[in-house]
Amino acid sequence: MLFLIILILSFASGFFLPWWVVAIAAFLAAFFAGKTPGQAFISGFSAVFIVWIVLALFKSIPNDHILAKRIAELFHLPSWGFILVISGLVGGLVAGFAALSGLLVKKAFEKPQNK
Amino acid sequence: MKFIKAFLSIALTLALIWVLQTKFGPVPPLGKFLSPADGFWQNAESKHILTTNKLNLPGLQDEVTIKYDENHIPHIFAKNEHDLYYAQGYVTATDRLWQMDIQTRSAAGRLAEVAGPQALEIDRYHRRMGMVYGAEKTLKAMMRDKPIADIITAYTEGVNAYIHQLGPRQYPLEFKLLDYAPEDFKPINCAFLLKLMSETLAGGSNEFAMSNILKHFGANVTNDLFPDYPMREDPIIPVGTKWSFKPLPIPKPSASFLASMNDSARRAVKEEGIGSNNWAVAGSKTASGYPILANDPHLNLTYPSIWFQVQLSAPGINVYGVSLPGAPCVILGFNNNISWGITNVDADVLDWYQVKFKDDKKNEYWYNNQWNKTSRRVEVISIRGQKPLYDTVIYTHHGPVVYEDKSKTTAHTPDFVPVGDALRWIAHDESDELMTMYILNKGKNYDDYRKALTYFNAPASNFVFASRDNDIAITPNGKFPLKFKDQGKFILDGSDPSNDWHGWIPFDQNPTVKNPPRGFVSSANQSSTDQTYPYYINWSFAPYQRGKRINDRLSAMQKATVDSMRILQTDVYSIRAQDIMPAMLKYVDASKLDQTQLAALNAVKTWDKNFSINSIGATIFSNWWLKVYDMVWSDDFAAKNLQANYPSMDRTEKLILQEPNSKWFDDIRTPAKETCTDIINNAFTSTIDDLTHKYGKPGKSWQWGSVKKMEISHLTNQEALSSGNFASGGTGSTVNALNNGHGPSWRMVVQMGPTVKGYGILPGGESGNPGSFYYDDMLKTWQNGQLKELLFMQSADEKSNRIKTTLTISNKK
Repeated sequence: MLFLIILILSFASGFFLPWWVVAIAAFLAAFFAGKTPGQAFISGFSAVFIVWIVLALFKSIPNDHILAKRIAELFHLPSWGFILVISGLVGGLVAGFAALSGLLVKKAFEKPQNK
Repeated sequence: MKFIKAFLSIALTLALIWVLQTKFGPVPPLGKFLSPADGFWQNAESKHILTTNKLNLPGLQDEVTIKYDENHIPHIFAKNEHDLYYAQGYVTATDRLWQMDIQTRSAAGRLAEVAGPQALEIDRYHRRMGMVYGAEKTLKAMMRDKPIADIITAYTEGVNAYIHQLGPRQYPLEFKLLDYAPEDFKPINCAFLLKLMSETLAGGSNEFAMSNILKHFGANVTNDLFPDYPMREDPIIPVGTKWSFKPLPIPKPSASFLASMNDSARRAVKEEGIGSNNWAVAGSKTASGYPILANDPHLNLTYPSIWFQVQLSAPGINVYGVSLPGAPCVILGFNNNISWGITNVDADVLDWYQVKFKDDKKNEYWYNNQWNKTSRRVEVISIRGQKPLYDTVIYTHHGPVVYEDKSKTTAHTPDFVPVGDALRWIAHDESDELMTMYILNKGKNYDDYRKALTYFNAPASNFVFASRDNDIAITPNGKFPLKFKDQGKFILDGSDPSNDWHGWIPFDQNPTVKNPPRGFVSSANQSSTDQTYPYYINWSFAPYQRGKRINDRLSAMQKATVDSMRILQTDVYSIRAQDIMPAMLKYVDASKLDQTQLAALNAVKTWDKNFSINSIGATIFSNWWLKVYDMVWSDDFAAKNLQANYPSMDRTEKLILQEPNSKWFDDIRTPAKETCTDIINNAFTSTIDDLTHKYGKPGKSWQWGSVKKMEISHLTNQEALSSGNFASGGTGSTVNALNNGHGPSWRMVVQMGPTVKGYGILPGGESGNPGSFYYDDMLKTWQNGQLKELLFMQSADEKSNRIKTTLTISNKK
């Protein structure tokens, strides 16, 4: 569920909002729909990892990856696939930590239930 | 505890975002740069292009139609001139915005603002040598001439219309890499671009080194080794052309003063191959009966290409050619009636004057037997990540004192700049070169050509011309200072008024020739005239080999076609080898050579003197000759302050051919007394040993195309955005002058006639975006020495299957 919410929010924001908006999306989504820290981090990470790779491919496939190849060389990487995965990792990490933060904030304000 | 955990997690997330949003050294902000939303992925252009596109932009008077052909070259059709230059500004910006920004930044001394302290010395030099001072004056002159002020304003509006459309995600790639934003384009940027051209083509000098040489060797030796006219020459204006004017009195030489110079570091030897070729063949020698014109300007080849192809059409104008991104008009090109092209003259328009200050305050300097006031100009240089630098430059009536004392210089200061001297440079003067282009763009005949040239000051250029009326002409043209002979060969005494420039050579007395009997005109940066021309333009020009080869070929040519011109543009025959190799071979003692050396000798003996890609002889001769040249002079010119400013190759050839017993052959560092024979033999064996060491036994790996390095570099020098090394023929002294990253930055051939036909090719592409299919789509054709027929449309309605996209721009209400 959380994974889907973050996926949809970050996908939509990718078309018109700055890149760091994915952090806000992941934070809020985890705040409202998060369950455990591990689940929050993994949902945030994997959702944005996937979204960034898909959005990048939207641009790169009709480009025959000519730019991705040059940028990979710029970063001394052996092929364009590496720059794609690294892009996904960067987005994933930010969203993962943001989701984790959202969940931890939620937990901090939650009333203890089992006591 | 829970709060602390939450707080730490938020802090970590924010820190991560901050790190990914910040530029560290050369690394762009990674989050921003790699994200598909803002980053480089957005610059990946799709191969699917729209066939029609509509746009509304503010400030247009009428509708403009822009047709893009298969190489993404824009053909602009406007209903008035305002809209035409507006649209030129707009389309140029869409493809070349970053190039326009960085070039004007470089000229204006504002690189450090985006690149940080590492670019500071380049900025300081540009400020201190008066680039801004000159650009401000030029802008004033341009804005005074009505049509030019209008077209610059319209062009600027067009560029800004594009910039204002852009959000950060649409910024060109390089802005994202260097992490800064484009700023509004200003009319002064056009002036900066012209100053940059002046700096590239007429901004160097060797007067400092020459003064040191004069001091070191004395006048006799200096005059002998650095003569005012070469042994071999084939000047631009054919020998024997009569001068039909009464010259002004030539100024009297001043009591010469040799500046007392101190030490300095070495200077790079003048690069061969920064030069250009152009020619026009009369109808009497062509197959069609109409003239053909050709031009290939050689410059430092870069991505994006220096030139931007464009067709400009509006009532009263229809012209095709290449423009400079950042300036309106076509610079080299053709219309239905005329065609023109340019090469560099290399006139002596930059002089150094030794300044005598009254005291350390430097408020007064000695001139004309009295103390005169200096003025000061404060240059504010912004530096990324640091406080701005306030740099004060002292000016005398000559111009800026570039570095008034050692305290102003650093390790990165250009070596050829003498400390304590004022700079007098043509680029400091008011000028309006765009007027020349504006008149040529609309030009109908020879009279328009002559009228256009009167506006052109700098950098002085050889303007070649051909018209539908069957006229051809060439004019080494610019504002030439009136000087005594050799005035400015050495540093001048700035206190003596007779060392000042004495006015100008009248424009109508600039060397020129129209329809000469030989049936063609040409230039390749060699001497403008023979020695009968009454005025002094410079004491040394580019070596004559390219000019000689062009003239030899054109003399022999009958029924010339576009293809004969193309073949000549890509000619790699070496006149230098023809001139000097037989003499060198004569000296070689084959009995003392080993097996490998003999094989190499045989290869060079049977060589056809073409610098072809697969030629081994070219590799051997080229290295051998350079070794001889170096061995003759490196001992005598070893002193640091002579800056390795050796006598010319022409003078060296003369030494071998006519003075084999000269003392200059002796290596003064050895006890033995070397002769011409020793030098040539030693040079040969050591060249072959070097080549064997590097490339193994003589064979495929010795081929010229694989030995010579050639690459087209991106302006950031990032290998990933460059062409990569490729095999190429030619060298600095052949017509196809591909050498060390320099070469033909545009090749053009125009067949005049009832229907004009243009052919041309860029070493790269129209787009400056490394993520575009049009970034380097023309490179292959250029490398193969082929030209493309240029699509010169007579109206927007003309049908052509080469048109891929039509963009219509209307006024945004």
